[in-house]
Amino acid sequence: MTAIPGAAAPVTRGGDTQRRRRIGEKWYTPYLFVLPHLLVFIGLIGIPFVFGLWISLFAYDQVSPSSPFVGLQNYINLIDPQSIHFGFFWQGLWNTVLFVILSTPTLVGVGLLLAVLLNNRFRGRNFFRGLYFAPWTLSVAVIGVLWWWILQDQGGLISNGLKGIGITPPSWLSSNPWAWISILVATVWWTVGFNTIILLAGIQAISLDLYEAASIDGASRWQQFRSITVPSLRPILLLVVTLQVIASFNLVGQPQLMTGGGPPVNETTPVLLYIYNTGWTGRYELGEAAAMAMVVALIMVVVSVINFRFFASERA
Amino acid sequence: MRPAGHGTSRSGRLRPARIGLFAVLILIALFFIVPLLWMVSTSLKGPTDAIVDTGWIPQRPTFDNFRQILSTSGDTPVFRWLLNSAIVSGVGTLLSVLLTSLSAYAFARIDFPGKGLLFSALITTLLLPSVMFLVPQFLVINWLGLYNTIPALMLPGLAGVFGVFFMRQFFLGIPLELEEAAYVDGANRFRTFRSVVLPLARPAIATLSVITFLAFWNDYLWPLIACQGDGCTLPPGLATLQGQFTAQYGLLMAGAVLAAIPVLVVYLVAQRWIVQSVTSAGIKG
Repeated sequence: MTAIPGAAAPVTRGGDTQRRRRIGEKWYTPYLFVLPHLLVFIGLIGIPFVFGLWISLFAYDQVSPSSPFVGLQNYINLIDPQSIHFGFFWQGLWNTVLFVILSTPTLVGVGLLLAVLLNNRFRGRNFFRGLYFAPWTLSVAVIGVLWWWILQDQGGLISNGLKGIGITPPSWLSSNPWAWISILVATVWWTVGFNTIILLAGIQAISLDLYEAASIDGASRWQQFRSITVPSLRPILLLVVTLQVIASFNLVGQPQLMTGGGPPVNETTPVLLYIYNTGWTGRYELGEAAAMAMVVALIMVVVSVINFRFFASERA
Repeated sequence: MRPAGHGTSRSGRLRPARIGLFAVLILIALFFIVPLLWMVSTSLKGPTDAIVDTGWIPQRPTFDNFRQILSTSGDTPVFRWLLNSAIVSGVGTLLSVLLTSLSAYAFARIDFPGKGLLFSALITTLLLPSVMFLVPQFLVINWLGLYNTIPALMLPGLAGVFGVFFMRQFFLGIPLELEEAAYVDGANRFRTFRSVVLPLARPAIATLSVITFLAFWNDYLWPLIACQGDGCTLPPGLATLQGQFTAQYGLLMAGAVLAAIPVLVVYLVAQRWIVQSVTSAGIKG
């Protein structure tokens, strides 16, 4: 932080005026500003940060009278094929990874496509942009029950429509791959608008001169897209991909409300839903849920770092 | 200046291409609007009609669904959920913006021992996945005796650090001279903050408030964990309704409409501005 030229008023001392304490100002003044938020932060992020690791070392549940220290047992359960959690945890993790792999290219790709479409100059552009973004303002609970209803076999909008034109619809929510496709479509409907507006802002920040020069050279629109839009958009694309990977990793509400985690056995249960089910239903195994959460968090951090490295190296 | 696009197409040129563009845009628009219209349509149909009456305009439109779920004598505390949602989102947003703005001001404008370290600690948690905090936050809330209370629903949101970064960024851009003037006039830091800095930061505060309000109003997983029965907010309440009224789609959609309408109405009024808020917060975040 360097001093801002011309900011040195006569009443303050030193060159780095305003950031220093002023004459007569108490040493604790800055702490008073920081403290209210800091207290809440320490209580609900600072302490839980350490405490989450600690609790994962206990057989802590809300049913048993005691919660003995079990060391790494909760973690060992996750790699021990004999444990009841082993199969479900890894299936959940795989389901989440599957969703990340399916949804990230879809949501970023469709987002980019919509952004390019909206970048044209036409009447009512803000209207369309606003409409495409609208579902993002809703809760996952709303979109979950709404799409659950739309995709019902009996009376559901889509099945009714298909029956009307003589097609027998599949059971959207209780057979795979349709269950996953349903979750993906609902998620696209819900959040693609976010990627769209971020990418659109990125596209609009690209200098017009580049496109003019390219048109003079006779480049087609596709060539312009490939050699100007995409490369100029790389930092924003990194941002959108990173945010999307994290968001997709956090998948929980859509399958919980739409498929109940099925069809039959956990085929659409993402790991976060399994953590919820472990910690807050059945035997309320919070220690085990904490251990699972730590493993998942570690994986998410590693994926984010790799993601970042990958884009950073491509850029160089 | 209008925020015009800069593709190669100019209006008036290439008529068929224009028509094609609009056809595509409208088709996509239908994809986004149809589920919302269907939600409203279903919410106005009686229990049998929801399944039998497949029309968009209900043949026998009725507000019975809303009446039933909102009635205080009914077996679903939807009205309480709605009230809780409003309190948590309203008070939560106010407190969150206040706390993070105060903190952000110190980080932007005052030097103090431990500032760098503290700031790095805050940044680091921004990168940590929220899943690792679910269990310990739940236990902290329990130990504080706050399970199933309004504060429990707000506290994790209030601990969030996004607002600190967002507001700090804005404060750094305010010219120092304006604060100097207040100081020369004898105002202390708090006075300066309240009467000079905050009014100047109105656009940033508005943006942060929108983002924070939406986050509180729509939060699902945390309230699902931290509340039960009539202590909940609407989103986990919807999940309860879904389990309670199997196949009573009209009732369920009435609940969904209640959860969706407040944000959609605000969005209709301030659409362009909300899109800009989310864009700027998204890019800065």
